[in-house]
Amino acid sequence: MTALTRIWHFYRDGFRGMTLGKTLWTVILIKIIVLFGFLKLFFFPDLLGTRFDNDHDRGAFVLEHLVESAPGNRSRP
Amino acid sequence: MMEAFDPAAVNWARAQFALTAMYHWMFVPLTLGLSFLLAFFETYYYKTGNPEWKQITRFWMRLFAVNFAIGIATGLILEFQFGTNWSNYSWMVGDIFGAPLAIEVLFAFFIEATFFAVMFFGWDRVTPRFHLFSTWMVAIGSSLSAVWILVANAWMQRPVGMVFNPDLARFEMQDIGAVISSPVAVNHFLHATSTSFVLSSLFVLSVSSWYLLKGRHLRLAVRSILVAAVFGLLFSFLVILSGDQAAYQAARFQPMKLAAMEALYKGERGAGLVAAGLLNPDKKPGDDRPVFRQAIHFPYLLSLLANRRLDSFVPGIDDLVYGNAEENIVGVTEKMALGKEALDQLTRYRRARREGNEEAAAHLAAFKKVEDHLGFAYLARAEEAVPHVPTIFYGFHVMVALGFLFPLVFLLYLVLALKDRIFRHRWLLRFGLLLVPLGFLASQLGWVVTEMGRQPWAIHHILPVKVAQSNLAANTVQSTFFIFLVLLTLLFIAEVRIMFNQIRIGPEEK
Repeated sequence: MTALTRIWHFYRDGFRGMTLGKTLWTVILIKIIVLFGFLKLFFFPDLLGTRFDNDHDRGAFVLEHLVESAPGNRSRP
Repeated sequence: MMEAFDPAAVNWARAQFALTAMYHWMFVPLTLGLSFLLAFFETYYYKTGNPEWKQITRFWMRLFAVNFAIGIATGLILEFQFGTNWSNYSWMVGDIFGAPLAIEVLFAFFIEATFFAVMFFGWDRVTPRFHLFSTWMVAIGSSLSAVWILVANAWMQRPVGMVFNPDLARFEMQDIGAVISSPVAVNHFLHATSTSFVLSSLFVLSVSSWYLLKGRHLRLAVRSILVAAVFGLLFSFLVILSGDQAAYQAARFQPMKLAAMEALYKGERGAGLVAAGLLNPDKKPGDDRPVFRQAIHFPYLLSLLANRRLDSFVPGIDDLVYGNAEENIVGVTEKMALGKEALDQLTRYRRARREGNEEAAAHLAAFKKVEDHLGFAYLARAEEAVPHVPTIFYGFHVMVALGFLFPLVFLLYLVLALKDRIFRHRWLLRFGLLLVPLGFLASQLGWVVTEMGRQPWAIHHILPVKVAQSNLAANTVQSTFFIFLVLLTLLFIAEVRIMFNQIRIGPEEK
């Protein structure tokens, strides 16, 4: 038996032999699906990543935000 | 065109981050501490060959697995929020946070994919020596994995090893060694891990106390108490030492935080430490109202803690806000002028660059002279630099009181367990059931003091939280806050139910 086969059997038998682990894996899978399939997809876009094509534009946007955010600075160039 | 700044959105974004971070921190300390307790239990088994220690190890390993499974990936939600709610901040610190967080993910994956599997599946499949090695690797690896996020957090409290690039609006890493070995980062790690070890020991004492009260699994309970009480007692001292060091560092790098922790408004020489106090809720910076309704002080102790000298001066909130020429303290009002100068030069530099004007280099040089004060440009009033004093004061004092209570509890449990008299002290066992909520309270308050104490800054003195946020409407952030509240509450209920169920079932039969 090769090392890879032994490792495969180790994991396979380990997962098959789980008792409490099955409940825990169910919890983990539900959580991962909710996180990535629902929250990340619909509620948590990467704002700068999706709005701009390159780092130069992202930097320019944040710099503008830095300058404009100061009190009384709304009309600055 | 920039969207209008919505202050309510900042508060919802902060509330959402705090909710998720506090929820995440329900699991992390138990993972860090229980993993080492498992390693000790298994080491006893390996050394003695006594199957009772194996049974003990496997029982606590089951509870460790429940905690780990429910807690897994809760940290990812924080990273989602960085991209959405804190996109400006995320962009600015990406170069600093990117490396530590990537190392953390790789490290965690490596440890979890290999040694976790051996620890859970390998009892009868690998040699006892390799199994023990794997358990120790899980413990060491979990703590090392926590290093990186604590380094990132420490950098926000004490930014070092970076330079601000005004063309890209990014902090760029100049010296990763300085970031990792920053004294604040080292102490952050020591304090966070040692408090986690103490919390895990309290968890073991609580569960064991319940078994003793019920008259079940007595040998497992007493042996677990012996190991956890020694472990908890030893690390309680490290908690106190690293906590003292954290206060000393706050005096150097975040004096406003220290002043808020002690509600010290007017600085003094030979300042006393508040043992207990009831704040006057009407007190505001700069007024002459009394700070406390009632208070007991330990004379000179605050000066000693802050500067290691009994007669040293500890600045108060008023000194830091309005300045104190006698003690060479520059006030926030003056720093706001420097901040405005920094922002003005940055604005001129940006315009000159856009127009291809030769003056750009001169504006950049002028900006570099005052860039450390950039954050002060965003304050409308000097008093905005003061964090919420009651939250920090009460949070700090409750945390410290619990931090001194826990070693006494560990000592009492240890002595009574060694003398085999712990069964007779049912009052202690009943009190022991409260140790888990008390431990979590102290641990969470530690983060409340750390994070609320650094307000209004996301990056100390450089970037205020209100500028770090994304340009989002308040109702967008508000709706996701409630989604998280429901989701995290359901997960928490699931964990508590599974955990209680496993505790009720108890250890496997030999």
